[in-house]
Amino acid sequence: MPVSTDPRDWGRRGFAALLLIGGLCSAPMLAVAEEAIPPGEPVVEATLPDPIEAPISEMEGTPSESDTLEAVAPAPAKDLASIAARLADRSFSVKEAAVAEVARSGDPRAAALLKALLAGDLQQRREDERLVLVTPAGPDWRLTDALTDEPLGEAAARDLKKITLNNRMRSALRSAIAGLTLNHPDAEVRLRAVQEMTGVSDDDVVAGLRARLAEEGDGGVRAALELALAIVDLADADATVRATAVDALAGRLEPEVRNRLAPLAAGDSDPEVRAAAADALQGIATRLKTYAAMETLFFGLSLGSVLVLAAIGLAITFGVMGVINMAHGELIMLGAYTTYLVQLAMPNAIEFSLLVAIPAAFLVSGSVGVLIERSVIRYLYGRPLETLLATFGISLILQQLVRTTISAQNVVVENPSWMSGSLVINPALSLTYNRLYVLIFALAVFAALLLILKRTALGLQVRAVSQNRAMARAMGVRSARVDALTFGLGSGIAGVAGVALSQLTNVGPNMGQAYIIDSFMVVVFGGVGNLWGTLVAGLTLGVANKLMEPWAGAVLAKILVLVFIIMFIQKRPRGLFPQRGRAADA
Amino acid sequence: MGLIRAMRGDTGGQVMLAVLAVVTVLVPVLNLMVPEGHPWHLSSYTVTLLGKYLTYALLAVAVDLVWGYLGILSLGHGAFFALGGYAMGMYLMRQIGERGVYGHPELPDFMVFLNWKELPWFWHGFDMFWFAALMVVLVPGLLAFVFGYLAFRSRVTGVYLSIITQALTFALMLAFFRNEMGFGGNNGLTDFKDILGFDLKSNATRAGLFVASAIALALGYLACRYIVASRLGRVAVAIRDAEPRTRFIGYRVERVKLFIFTFSAMLAGIAGALYVPQVGIINPGEFSPLNSIELVIWVAVGGRATLYGAVVGAILVNYGKTYFTGVMPEAWLFALGGLFVLVTLFLPRGIAGLLALIRRRRAPAGEGAQ
Repeated sequence: MPVSTDPRDWGRRGFAALLLIGGLCSAPMLAVAEEAIPPGEPVVEATLPDPIEAPISEMEGTPSESDTLEAVAPAPAKDLASIAARLADRSFSVKEAAVAEVARSGDPRAAALLKALLAGDLQQRREDERLVLVTPAGPDWRLTDALTDEPLGEAAARDLKKITLNNRMRSALRSAIAGLTLNHPDAEVRLRAVQEMTGVSDDDVVAGLRARLAEEGDGGVRAALELALAIVDLADADATVRATAVDALAGRLEPEVRNRLAPLAAGDSDPEVRAAAADALQGIATRLKTYAAMETLFFGLSLGSVLVLAAIGLAITFGVMGVINMAHGELIMLGAYTTYLVQLAMPNAIEFSLLVAIPAAFLVSGSVGVLIERSVIRYLYGRPLETLLATFGISLILQQLVRTTISAQNVVVENPSWMSGSLVINPALSLTYNRLYVLIFALAVFAALLLILKRTALGLQVRAVSQNRAMARAMGVRSARVDALTFGLGSGIAGVAGVALSQLTNVGPNMGQAYIIDSFMVVVFGGVGNLWGTLVAGLTLGVANKLMEPWAGAVLAKILVLVFIIMFIQKRPRGLFPQRGRAADA
Repeated sequence: MGLIRAMRGDTGGQVMLAVLAVVTVLVPVLNLMVPEGHPWHLSSYTVTLLGKYLTYALLAVAVDLVWGYLGILSLGHGAFFALGGYAMGMYLMRQIGERGVYGHPELPDFMVFLNWKELPWFWHGFDMFWFAALMVVLVPGLLAFVFGYLAFRSRVTGVYLSIITQALTFALMLAFFRNEMGFGGNNGLTDFKDILGFDLKSNATRAGLFVASAIALALGYLACRYIVASRLGRVAVAIRDAEPRTRFIGYRVERVKLFIFTFSAMLAGIAGALYVPQVGIINPGEFSPLNSIELVIWVAVGGRATLYGAVVGAILVNYGKTYFTGVMPEAWLFALGGLFVLVTLFLPRGIAGLLALIRRRRAPAGEGAQ
C-alpha cells in the first residue's frame, strides 16, 4: 500500500506534529506526546484499529491500554534500533512517541521504516520479537530485517505479529514522513512533499514552508513552494498581501489555484483584490480553453492515426489493386494476436516484445495475405462483388479460427513500461505516451510505404501493373507475382497496424470487424489509389470525430461522420483527391 | 394475364410455388389437427421456425431482385428488414397496454424505466394496425427512395455503392443502440402479448402467422416475377449488363434503378414485419452489417437472378445454421465462411445454375432453360 499522496488525508494536527517532529521547531518532546493524546478525547473511537489491517484477535484489549498517559517519557536514545523496538509496543502512546523519535533520529533509514509501518509491511516476528519487513511470497511472507536488510527466509502469517495502527497514528506517520521528505537531499522527493502540502493553511506548515523556501536551491521546488505560499497568502488579512498573491497566481493552471481564487473573485472585501482575482480567473480560463482545444486536437489526431494505420494497408489492396478485401480487419486482428503470442513467448522481456512483434506480425499477416491471394482472390480478378463475398467468408473463417485455437474471450496484451504513463506538459495538458507513439508510428509506417511504392523496384512494378496490366506484362513484369507481393504488402501493413492497436484497444476475435467499415470509409473518402488522400482523410475524420464528441456524444459523432461520408461520396464519388489521367480509367 | 405470362417458362418458380402451396396447407393441419404425440404432429416450435425461414426467403427474393436483375449488391438490406420489423414491433408494443411490468396505459416499459413522461411524436399512431402496416412499407421505402435518389443520381455504382449501403446499416445500428432514440436501445422491443387481438403465444396465432408469411412470400415472388418479366425488367437487366450503353440508348437509368430499389426495400420491410411477431423480439442487432452480408450469401447459394433460387438458398442456409448452431456451434462460422468462398469460386450461379447445368447435360440437343 503506497503512502497516500492526497492532501485531503492530511489533518491539521498531523501537520503541526510533522513540523514539530521534523525539527523545524524546537518544541520539547513532551508536547508531542500531549498533542498526541489529549485527555478529553473519546479514546475508544480514536484507537479502534482499522479492521482491514488488524485482525479481530488483535483488536481485543487495545482500547483500554492506550488510555494510559504515562510511559510516554522519551528515552534520549539516538540509536534507531532501540527506538524502533518500541514501534511494536502494545500501547499506542508508546508507539506514537517512538514514531516521533524515529523521525527525529536523522537516520537515513527513518523515512523508509515509517513508510513500511504505514503500509503495514513492518511486522514483528513472534519468536524473537525482531522487526521485519514482509513481502508476499505465495501463501507465506518473505522476511527481511527492517533495520539491516538481512534476509530472514520465509514465514507463515501466524508466525508474525502485525503492528496495529489507529487513525491518529496514521496521521502522525504521514506527517512525519512528509517532514522527513521536505528536507530530503533529493529535490524530487522534496518537490513531491511540497505538492502534498499545497493548499494546507496550517500556521506551522506555512512556517515550515517559508523556512524551506529560504534555503531551497532547486528551481522546481522553489516554484512549487511559492505556489503553496501564494495560495496561503490568498487568505491573508492584509489586502495588499492578497493582491500580490493573486498576481503571483495569475496564469497558474493547477486546479487548486482556481478553487482558491473563485471565492475571492466572488466576495473579497477589497474591490481591487476582487477585480484582480476575477481577471486572473479569466486568464486561467482562457489558457485552459486553449489547452483543452490542444488536447482535443491530440485525441483527434490519435484517433486519426489509428484510422490511418487501419486503412493504409487497405489503401494498397483496395486502392492500388482494386481488390475489396473484407478480411482486412481480420489481418489486423492477426497482427494483434501475434503481439499477444510474442509476449507469451518472451514473458521476461515485455519491454522489447513490441520490437519483435512488429516484424513478426508483418510476416504472419503478410503470408496469410499471400495465401489468400494465391488461393482465392486471383481467380476473382475483375469480379469485385464476388471478391467482396469470398473475402468476407475468409474473414469469418479467420475469426472462428482464433476463437477455437486461442480463446473466444479478449486476451490481455501488456504495455511495455515505456508505453504507459504520459508526457506532462503542464497541469492542464498531458499526452499519454501510448497514443503519442502510435501517432508517430502511423506516420513512420506511412512514410515507409510511400518510399516502397515510389523508390523501389517492387513499387515501380506495382504501379505499372495497377495502371496498365497488359503493357506491364509486355515489358516483362511478372504480374501474378507482383499481385501476390502487393497483396502481401498490404496485408503485412495491416498486421503491423494490429501491433499498434493492441496497445490501445481490446484484442479479441471481433476486433477486426470494428475497423473494416471505418477503413473503407477512410480510403474512399481520401480517394481510391491515393496514399496521401488516405493520410489526410484518416486524420481529418479522427479530428472531426473528436471535435463533435463533446456536444454530440461518442456514438452520435460516429453516426454523423458516417452520414457525412455517405453524403460526400454522392457529391464526389472519387474522394477528396481523385486520381487523374489514364490511371483513373482503369 | 400478365402474371400468367410472367410465370410461363419459370419452371423453378412454378415448382417452388407449388411446394409452397402444399406446405402452407399441410403445416397448419399437422400442427393443429394432428394430436400431440402422434408421429405426424408438428410442434409449434417447428411451425414458428418454418415461418421465420419464409420471411427470410421473402427478404432474399427482395435482395435477388436488386442484385440479380439490377446488379446492385446491397449490403444494407438488413436495415430495411429491421425498419419494417421495428414498425411492427412498435405496434405490438402499443398493444401491450397496461399489461407491461410497470402497468403504464400508454408508455412502453422501457420509456417508463427511462423516466419519460409522454410518448415521443413518432410513436403516435402505432396503436392502430393499419397505420403500423403502412409504416412497415413506407419507412423502408422512403429511406431507400432518398438514399437511392442521391446515390443513383450521382452515379455511385458497384463496390462503392455496396460499401455505402453497409455504412448506412452500420450507422443505423449505432443509432438504434442509443436509448435516446426511443426504440428501446440495446434491448430493443420485446415482451409482445398479442396481435390484432390474437394471443401471440397460442398455436393458432402462430400457424396463422406462418400462413401469412407463406402468402406474403408467394405474392412477393409473383410481384417480383411480374416486374422481371415486364419491359421494365428487361431494361433492368440491360442496366445490369451495360449501364452506360442503356443510358445512351435513352433510358432513364436512374428512375428504373430507383423504382426497383425502393420496391425491394418495401418488400424487405414486409418480411421484417412478419418476422418480428414470430420471433418475439426486434433489437438493433438486426441492423448489424453481418446480417446484411449473410443474406447476400443466401441468394448466392441459391443462384442469383432466378428469384426461386433465392428462396431455396435462404431456406437451405438457414436450416444449416439452425442445425449447426444446435449440434456444433463453433463449426457454424467455418461452414458459413467456407460457403462464401466455395460458392463464389466454384458455384457462381448457385444451386439453380447447377440444376440448369444438369438439365442441359441430360438433353444435349435441346436448349437449356437459360
